[in-house]
Amino acid sequence: MADEQQPGGAGTPPGTGEAAGQPAKPPAAAAKPVPPKPAAPPPKAPAVMAAVPWESDLAREVKERFGDGVKATSTYAGQNFMVVAPDAAVPILEYLKLEADFDYLVDITAVDWPKRPDRFDLVYIVYSFSRNERVRIKTAIPDGFKPGTAVDVHLTANWLEREVFDMFGIEFAGHPDLRRILMPEEWQGHPLRKDYSILQQDQRWVRENLGIESGQ
Amino acid sequence: MPDSTFLDSTELVLNMGPQHPSTHGVLRVILKLDGEKILGTDCVIGYLHRGVEKIAENRTWAQFNPYVDRMDYVASVSNGLGYCLAVEKLLQVEAPARAQAVRVILTELNRIASHLLWLGTHALDIGAITPVFYCMREREEALNIFERYCGARLTTHAFRIGGLQYETYDRFEQDVKAFCQMFPPRVDEYEELLTNNRIWGGRLKGVGVLTAEECKEYGVTGPLLRAAGVKWDLRKAQPYSGYEKYDFEIPTRENGDTYDRYIVRMQEMRQATRIIEQAVESIPSGPIMGKVPKVLKPPVGEAYVSIEAPKGELGYYVVSDGTTQPYRCRVRPPSFVNLQALDRMVRGGLIADIVAVIGTLDIVLGEVDR
Repeated sequence: MADEQQPGGAGTPPGTGEAAGQPAKPPAAAAKPVPPKPAAPPPKAPAVMAAVPWESDLAREVKERFGDGVKATSTYAGQNFMVVAPDAAVPILEYLKLEADFDYLVDITAVDWPKRPDRFDLVYIVYSFSRNERVRIKTAIPDGFKPGTAVDVHLTANWLEREVFDMFGIEFAGHPDLRRILMPEEWQGHPLRKDYSILQQDQRWVRENLGIESGQ
Repeated sequence: MPDSTFLDSTELVLNMGPQHPSTHGVLRVILKLDGEKILGTDCVIGYLHRGVEKIAENRTWAQFNPYVDRMDYVASVSNGLGYCLAVEKLLQVEAPARAQAVRVILTELNRIASHLLWLGTHALDIGAITPVFYCMREREEALNIFERYCGARLTTHAFRIGGLQYETYDRFEQDVKAFCQMFPPRVDEYEELLTNNRIWGGRLKGVGVLTAEECKEYGVTGPLLRAAGVKWDLRKAQPYSGYEKYDFEIPTRENGDTYDRYIVRMQEMRQATRIIEQAVESIPSGPIMGKVPKVLKPPVGEAYVSIEAPKGELGYYVVSDGTTQPYRCRVRPPSFVNLQALDRMVRGGLIADIVAVIGTLDIVLGEVDR
């Protein structure tokens, strides 16, 4: 999609391609000079991801082994993931590595949902070379919770967890070297939290290190 | 001083970078040395951090597209492809066949351009000055095709979510075919300069070894993994954009050292040419843009989509909350993850080798720092 396509321009709304029928607003609303407002009113109850249960031998094995530790195994858009209890995440990673050959930790990241009591989604993505299969492991943790580190299972978790710590302020218990990695070490605040504005800066750091009042 | 040798050395901490020509950008490595031997390293990164993932959350899905080009700026087409595929996954649309073929051609051309830049600068770091001029000469041809196609040479923004914005230009096929004709003999030329060169071999063989096991432990992908003997390439393992239609091989080697990675990348350039040749012969006709709405509002959901970028697995983990903007767009950059293995590769080696190893990692700091 390109820049020259103006949001309010087209008379009749797309409808056609709108994949998951958000019942599009009445066409009349899109008159002409409207671009600023459409995003504003959050329509009705927040929609949820239309995931379907994921049934497979692997999902069953993990469920059997970890019981209540596994809250759900689902599939969305053809991609499998499991939602697990915070304490079970690393043991499951280890189990998957040793028993099911998921020997490659692709990524660790987080998503901030400030309105939820369990504020962060911590996401691990693992891949198995022999099975050619990818699984996501998601766990919801409250602010201040210190999930266990995965470094003992996968060495690559070291920098990935440092980045999550840097960007979200999630501290990993037992991490061998938990320092900021992308932001300056003395920086205050964690930029990828939703309450961190895109214009926000650590003014003191900027003043002391760059000798200017503000970068903006 | 009875016990010590004549040249007694104590532990020395040496700072390399961030302004150092062989770090290919602004990488700073703090080296702990015993004489010439490396005892340990600590990478300091983030000098080029622009908060790309934060920017994504403040732009619409389509507006963010050009930003991804600025991560791995020598392989911007690959970045764009990965992002478009990820958003298309969320939207559950697929680019039309014609768009896919053009995407493959441009992406593979970009792989060649990226590998050429790697080869030139890597050889320059080692002390071979000639290859860089040759490599730039051929890279120019690839960039010219980008320029004629979309007006930009480096940060191309070549693809759009759902397909392509531009139809190919009139002499596109001829240009691409001419490139495919011209290129393989040029690779022979580079190989003539380097492959059996004794100095080249001496500086590269056995340096910076990473075994297959270590690669998996560190999440290292791309040519590094293949040079260690793992025949794994996402274009084969989980084909996207119609890669399954093309006949090509995954070059591998066994030793996992810097020399093997050189060989693997050279062969990858030849394989990329093969793919381009096949793709350009059979560009289907038809539309270049899939059915996507003018305002992109992917349904609530999430997806992780990854492609085989020149440097390894480039992944996008995108989360939509049903609005026009990404709720979260995580980039899994191959350079960042691969760089983590630097310590393992150089520990116990000589200080001169770190230059070779940084070169062979083929990192782009724009992607490491994002």
